[in-house]
Amino acid sequence: MRLWLIVAAAGIGTYGIRLSVMVFVHHSLLPRTARDALRFVTPAVLLAIILPAVLYAGDPAAFDAGPGNERLVAALAAAAVAWAAKNTWLTIGSGMAMLWLLRWAG
Amino acid sequence: MPPLSRRSEFLAGVRAQAPLLLGVTPFGMAYGAYAVKSGLSSGLAQAMSAIIFGGASQLVASRLIAQSVPGAVIVLTVLLVNLRHMLYSAALAPHVEHLERRWRWLLAYLLTDEAYATSITRYRRGDGAVYGHWFFLGSGLALWTAWQISTAAGVFVGAAVPDSWSLDFALPLTFIALLVPALTGRPAVVAAGAAGLVAVLGYHWPYGTGLLSAAIAGMLAGLLADRATGDRATGGEAAAP
Repeated sequence: MRLWLIVAAAGIGTYGIRLSVMVFVHHSLLPRTARDALRFVTPAVLLAIILPAVLYAGDPAAFDAGPGNERLVAALAAAAVAWAAKNTWLTIGSGMAMLWLLRWAG
Repeated sequence: MPPLSRRSEFLAGVRAQAPLLLGVTPFGMAYGAYAVKSGLSSGLAQAMSAIIFGGASQLVASRLIAQSVPGAVIVLTVLLVNLRHMLYSAALAPHVEHLERRWRWLLAYLLTDEAYATSITRYRRGDGAVYGHWFFLGSGLALWTAWQISTAAGVFVGAAVPDSWSLDFALPLTFIALLVPALTGRPAVVAAGAAGLVAVLGYHWPYGTGLLSAAIAGMLAGLLADRATGDRATGGEAAAP
């Protein structure tokens, strides 16, 4: 019962965070600087999720920015494809194929 | 071009989410298996996916429950891990402000990293997105459904996809595809670079504070770069109307 209450509280709080500006506080009430800064959430969060997932490899995960890091090589190949083709499935396909190929060859 | 219909926007949202499901499905199974192994009942493990609906925070909560950490600490930790959703809520708010309240309550429930990234990319296409909320709904609901089903699979069957397939790699790969159109100018590139740097440095910081700090650092860096160039038009997303 105690665990259910903990999960319920965490869930309500998380929902409150998601509702915050979409429902509770109108975005026009945010300071001008904050609204300007929000334009950069997307590029910031995307690379902040990409880089650790690519640069921390192995088990246990350790920082590796060298050419021996298969994820890094595969991600760079995928980035080139993303840039040229602007297609999500091609990007994923090329990245996964490159990763599996490097594993297989290595 | 006439505006897309509700139905086609919804389906486009599902399609935009589909590549992310490749990575989410094994993640959901891993969570479900881990939660049960941590001593949660199968009902609670499953309920957490519906009530909290945030993968990283659910894993952390399971670990803390297994360690018998005080409830208040668990709740605060979950909220800290999920605090970045406030940024998503704020960034999406101008696009949903015209909707009825019940729509906004529904979409907020479905707000995740993945639903945010795909939906904001849709809104930024600049064609008005009259039925953009149907895209948001399709994207969010696709992820939600996959998350519930994969959790159940993990809870009752275990993590069946071998780690060696590296399907988790589908997440950064999809985000690479989404990052390209988001790099709209020098300030956006600076924002991404600063956030990436902080995220790498903060990889071992506890409770998701690395990602949260990275997002904030990126926003500040983007803002500074924007002010330095003095060219508003080269910023990230179009300023709120």
